[in-house]
Amino acid sequence: MGLTRAREGNGRSLDRERADCPVIALIGSPNVGKSTVFNALTGLNRHTGNWTGKTVDRAVGIMREGGERFALVDLPGCYSLVPTSPEEELTRDFVMSGEADCVVIVCDASCMERSLNMVLQTLAVTGNAVVCVNLTDEAAKKGVRVDTVRLSEILGVEAVPTSAANKKGLGELAKAIKRAAKGKKRFEKAEPRPMWREAERIAEEVTERDKDTVGAKQMKLDRFLTGRYTSLIVMLLLLALVFFLTMEGANLPSRLLGSAFEGALLRVRTALLNSALPEKLVLAFCDGGLATLMTVVSVMLPPMAIFFPLFTLLEDLGLLPRIAFNLDRSFCKCGSCGKQALTMCMGFGCNAAGVVGCRIIESPRERTVAILTNSLIPCNGRFPTLAALLAVLFAGAGGGALRALGLTGLILLSLAMTLLVSKLLSMTLLSGKPSSFILELPPFRKPRIGQIIIRSALDRTLFVLGRACAVAFPAGIVIWVLANCGNTPPIMGIAAFLDPAGRLMGVDGAVLLAFLLGLPANELVLPLLIMIYSGGGTLTGVGSAAVGAALFANGWSAKTAVCMLLLVLFHSPCATTLLSIRRETKSRVWTLAAALIPVLLGVVLCSAVNGIWTLLS
Amino acid sequence: MNEFALSELPLHGFCRVIRVEPCPAKLRLEGVGFTEGAEVVSLFRAPSGDPTAYSLRGSVVALRRSDAVNVIVRGRGEWA
Repeated sequence: MGLTRAREGNGRSLDRERADCPVIALIGSPNVGKSTVFNALTGLNRHTGNWTGKTVDRAVGIMREGGERFALVDLPGCYSLVPTSPEEELTRDFVMSGEADCVVIVCDASCMERSLNMVLQTLAVTGNAVVCVNLTDEAAKKGVRVDTVRLSEILGVEAVPTSAANKKGLGELAKAIKRAAKGKKRFEKAEPRPMWREAERIAEEVTERDKDTVGAKQMKLDRFLTGRYTSLIVMLLLLALVFFLTMEGANLPSRLLGSAFEGALLRVRTALLNSALPEKLVLAFCDGGLATLMTVVSVMLPPMAIFFPLFTLLEDLGLLPRIAFNLDRSFCKCGSCGKQALTMCMGFGCNAAGVVGCRIIESPRERTVAILTNSLIPCNGRFPTLAALLAVLFAGAGGGALRALGLTGLILLSLAMTLLVSKLLSMTLLSGKPSSFILELPPFRKPRIGQIIIRSALDRTLFVLGRACAVAFPAGIVIWVLANCGNTPPIMGIAAFLDPAGRLMGVDGAVLLAFLLGLPANELVLPLLIMIYSGGGTLTGVGSAAVGAALFANGWSAKTAVCMLLLVLFHSPCATTLLSIRRETKSRVWTLAAALIPVLLGVVLCSAVNGIWTLLS
Repeated sequence: MNEFALSELPLHGFCRVIRVEPCPAKLRLEGVGFTEGAEVVSLFRAPSGDPTAYSLRGSVVALRRSDAVNVIVRGRGEWA
């Protein structure tokens, strides 16, 4: 998801590793588990997901075998060496450059025919190759067996059966890689051509099939998930359930963390005030920096720690491509591509990752539409803010279901706005006809629960939280200083300056200021807002009740909460996302557009809600 | 047996690919395996009737109607 530590996408890191060890390229069709093989061989943790195009750029890792080091390069998946998209080109160019000392072609044991086309194309170029027949366990369940000994004989290179997810056959694979990399070099510059005929013949010869029982079950599940009446209901229920679990589950840990922090902060504060340090410095440190940091952790951490694993679970299961399949028609009508549904789903995790993920969309026009609309989907940084605001809005008993429904409604609004903006863009700035849509629907796979929890907790939650904290502490100090220096604190002046604009949108100047200050990390908006309201004091009490009290004490009403919710959905993408957009589009104009479109939408929607609400009451 | 476009294949119908007509997506269609002789079965459609999921060379691939018209096939046997 662009959030993993293992990512070393640039060429320089490869050159550095190259100096002293052989280079091994990892290629194969999409979704055959290349990244799982890569992680297992290198001990790194590149993020994996059960859908085509999860990996969009290359990663480098070190594999150790028999006391020697090998630089392993994980390349984006492609169906053949005849490239049809930028990331397929990346793979083709790398193989054709002869830079690799050994090419490992990862195959799906249950569809060898498809995999062998790519194997044969690669073998026409290089003799230093190993065929890794992966997913053998999954194939065995479907009654498919591959005779790897016979396959080796036919191809003239080693073929190793593996099941990387279950850590089977990896030792043999590493040994085979070493042998192939050390072997006599054979490399020819040959233009790749499709080799389906030969692939069919060889697949027929090495594959044995029993009666397939899993396939029928999968098909039933697929019919259910894409059914005319069932699909919509199932998806909405699933969405609501995920939100319900997240919000209800986050309640208690949030309160516990809050009270623990409050006690600790009080003790630190008293101890520091009794020391020889200047009072102002201590207060800025405690009431400014530490207090903001603690609010960020106690309000943001619990929902993230629950939402991430749940989301990853759906991803591992193979649900996202079905969502893209179901929604393609709607996106097509709006002049964009169904794969935008995939990048949209990635946006739930992180908008920056969603923007990078847009590379899976082949047409440049549709890719730009997807990039520009990605931040209309609330990322995990904004998600806890939405949850907290909904908790304030529906505080009473039985509010749990209402909150889940409210959040589901907001997500649907986001989806509607994504479609609307896509349509408008396709009609104006980015006019054109929708291009093709070719998407593989992977088999449903049983998620690996343990791994999901570790991956999402360590990689995603800690990364996002770490970033939030790094910004929260200094931002808290800045606000405290602004709120506590001079006779008339400057923060009042700034908030008063922004107030007329805020009032027009149904909120106030402090809210706008919080959004401006929260640009580096969206998860800061609510803690900063509370900080601004309290003028640098700490939040009294804990949990959503305290948040609500702090907000309503500052002239909030239900209308303010609703407008703020809309603004959380539609405002400028965070700094990280903007940088990603700049990198992906290579255009300042598009980056500016990506920043302005959601802002414009937010301003219009909030002003409309404010106007109608005022008229009606 | 007569030729027709893949988009005309009824649900659960079976056919064999003859060729892909020249179109912007030709390379990509051939890349995923829509080449001469490939067996294709139409499996299910999205709620709105488009796109359709096809079984092809051991995997499931979804195509829009507008892309499937360019894949020329023959045979219309029922899927066992």
